[in-house]
Amino acid sequence: MSWLPEASAHASRVDILLAGLLLISLAVLGLVFGLMMLNIIRFRVGSRVPVSAEMVAHKSWRFEIGWTATTLAIFFMLFLWAARLYVVGFQPPPGAIQIYVTGKQWMWKAQYPGGQREINALHVPMGRPVQLLLTSEDVIHDFSIPVLRIKHDVLPGRYQSLWFTATQAGAFRFYCTQFCGIGHSRMTGTLIVLTPTDYARWLGQTPASGSLATKGEALFIHNGCSGCHVSQPYAPGADDTSRAPSMVGLYGSEVTGADGQRMRVDNAFLHDAILHIGAARGQVVTYATRMPSYRGVLGEEDLAALIAYLQTLSPSRSSGMGVSAVSARKGD
Amino acid sequence: MAPISGPDTTQRSYLWQDGTVRSWLLTTDHKRIALLYMASITAFFVLGSVGAALIRLHLISPTGAILSDATYSRMFTMHGIVMVWLFLVPSIPVTLGNFLVPLMLGAKDLAFPRLNLISWYLFIMAGALVVYGLFRGGLETGWTFYTPLSTDYTQGRVLPVVAGVFLSGFSSIATGVNFIISIHQLRAPGLTWYRLPLMLWALYATSVIFVLATPVLSITLLLLAFEHFFHVGVFDPALGGDPLLFQHLFWFYSHPAVYIMILPGMGVVSEVVSTFCHKPVFGYRFVAWSSISIAAIGFLVWGHHMFVAGTSLYAAVVFSMLSFLVSVPSAIKVFNWLGTMHGGAIRLDAPMLYAMGFIGLFTVGGLTGLFLASLASDVHLTQTYFVVAHFHYIMVGGMVSAYFAGLHYWWPKITGRMYPEMWGRTAAALLFFGFNLTFFPQFILGYEGMPRRYATYPAQFQVLNVLSSAGASILALAYILPLIYFTWSLFRGAPATDNPWQATGLEWRTSSPPPVENFITPPVVTHEAYDYAALDHPDTAQRAEAPHV
Repeated sequence: MSWLPEASAHASRVDILLAGLLLISLAVLGLVFGLMMLNIIRFRVGSRVPVSAEMVAHKSWRFEIGWTATTLAIFFMLFLWAARLYVVGFQPPPGAIQIYVTGKQWMWKAQYPGGQREINALHVPMGRPVQLLLTSEDVIHDFSIPVLRIKHDVLPGRYQSLWFTATQAGAFRFYCTQFCGIGHSRMTGTLIVLTPTDYARWLGQTPASGSLATKGEALFIHNGCSGCHVSQPYAPGADDTSRAPSMVGLYGSEVTGADGQRMRVDNAFLHDAILHIGAARGQVVTYATRMPSYRGVLGEEDLAALIAYLQTLSPSRSSGMGVSAVSARKGD
Repeated sequence: MAPISGPDTTQRSYLWQDGTVRSWLLTTDHKRIALLYMASITAFFVLGSVGAALIRLHLISPTGAILSDATYSRMFTMHGIVMVWLFLVPSIPVTLGNFLVPLMLGAKDLAFPRLNLISWYLFIMAGALVVYGLFRGGLETGWTFYTPLSTDYTQGRVLPVVAGVFLSGFSSIATGVNFIISIHQLRAPGLTWYRLPLMLWALYATSVIFVLATPVLSITLLLLAFEHFFHVGVFDPALGGDPLLFQHLFWFYSHPAVYIMILPGMGVVSEVVSTFCHKPVFGYRFVAWSSISIAAIGFLVWGHHMFVAGTSLYAAVVFSMLSFLVSVPSAIKVFNWLGTMHGGAIRLDAPMLYAMGFIGLFTVGGLTGLFLASLASDVHLTQTYFVVAHFHYIMVGGMVSAYFAGLHYWWPKITGRMYPEMWGRTAAALLFFGFNLTFFPQFILGYEGMPRRYATYPAQFQVLNVLSSAGASILALAYILPLIYFTWSLFRGAPATDNPWQATGLEWRTSSPPPVENFITPPVVTHEAYDYAALDHPDTAQRAEAPHV
């Protein structure tokens, strides 16, 4: 299976799994077609005297239990093998580069931490883990990178995550694979895997009006967030959290939800908390003011910037845990 | 019990009893309703096939050969909706099932003959609504109607199409209820559950799914219509809904619906394999109960359509394991059919060729299903042409082969005429080869990453697409051929005897075609199912079996 490049270690592991499935399938097919042909040759009317049917029928339950048990055992082995490989997708390594990818009919927009932006293209360095934080502005899309053997649906109003470590430089295609309207087949782009030096050069050459976090900081003031939420630089020494929780150190910490469950504050949590009134904000603590929903006020690109900014207020927390393992899944 | 024969049977048969149009349209005879259904679903099959032909023609070129992006989207939406709801779901149950259930039970008709006629009218109204919607404006959502695409982002005719599918659900439920009650209540004296033909076990399992799963589809479509017209937030995140909820509800129906489409085919294959091997089905009880367990486990696997949709890790793992589990009963059936062939006296008439085609193609479909039940490989393969190939191997390679197997097998009983055997075998062989040429290349396309539902595609995929389109033209021939020789046979075919295949079911104990009341003398069953010894040596077997009565 070498005609589709394997651009990551995960891609090679998936190919080995596929090869295993293929071998088992060929063996079963060989058995089914072989027995069918053999039966036709031996037992076709006029070709041979039929054997006594009663002898076979007598021992039928042994055959039944035999092939049922064998099938079950092989299936269970395959299930475990494939599931183990799937679980790693939920565990992005610490220190992954976080790139925000927003789908809309019919294009992909990418935002880099350094403020670079591009459309229908994605530049990533070789050998470093990359985490894509995916969301949609309209319908459900799906971000699929065949050379990495990963894909994930992209839903409006929430973050999904895919992570990978590309190991092969080159340009590869990515696709939208969830039907999203008549322009669906035009919603493709190119993944460009660069060596680390080329990647650094690309970052330097691509114009950016300030980093994503800088843009987010401006939004934080401009939209009045800083009026209630404590964030060190704008109220040095202030610790008035009676109106709203402090943003300092919030990212990566654990909070208690309304139902008493502990939740980790990650990208998906913050995204939900800004857009939804109620459950997603979750805290039992009551504050003097009630935060309005920013749905319709802030676009997905603004949200990405805001969250990137809030991350800088928790410098001790490493990035790369953008979405908690259980609430959503990641590829690679 | 005595077979009815003689020159006067044609006049008394259900076909010629009363020839007026009115008598056909108001008939409550299950056999005539089966033929009404057969004519209707054949029309829908032709419509869906024309859609498929245009799709394959379009995809000869990477830039799209004949259709605009919008027309292409409407075309595959039409193909999917028509084929799933107006052909595959009803196919075997409403045609062969309607015809055969009372005959196999030794009954005069189904339990509720008028309900049966109503179900046909509901189906026709449903079909008319769907066709109206699809041709006056069309719809570009795919047959899956995923939200919010279908509620907020389509200009298409959502209402008539959704209403049509909604109505067709009631037709399915009516048929399901009718079959369940008939099989419980109308069995001939001596016809115990374990003496039922396996076709009836399969149709019983299918009916249970009809009755339990279809209401969920109806509810889902109602909610969809509500959201579309009254902006009640159910599925749309912009209104506070959850788009994944739609997928859960939709697949809770649509995955069991896959078993609605395949179980009756398995029933037909059990009958045909047994008859043409002249040997009882190997492991009768295992085959019977595997139908029931497929129906039961089939309700617990819908989540495998959503491994990359954003559900939780735990849900994905559980659904993956259950999906492996549901394929075990199918494997049991395949092994038992092979066991039936072993030691039989095999005749390779057209029905048997179709049935063997079913076994082979269904096995490929089932095995490639394992690639998709496996989590990590599903992530790579789902939503690509691999999935398209996989489900066509089940739906077309499996179900359509079985439908043709059944049509050829029971054609003499239904019409009283034989079809031309050589042409039947030719069509069966064409179907097998044409089908493989059409859909096998799509497995490779899918592995290489070509997404489904693409109106245009990168040039590297062209060779395989052209191969697939070439196969589709052979497949078209394999569909047109039976249409021609069946029509010919209606008027010119050799008259059929009552039991041309030396088969055992009760339906073969009455005349071909059967009289209006099915049996002149109500039959009594004194033998196990598939008792060929009793058929071949009626006198000795009668004596040996007597104590069991």
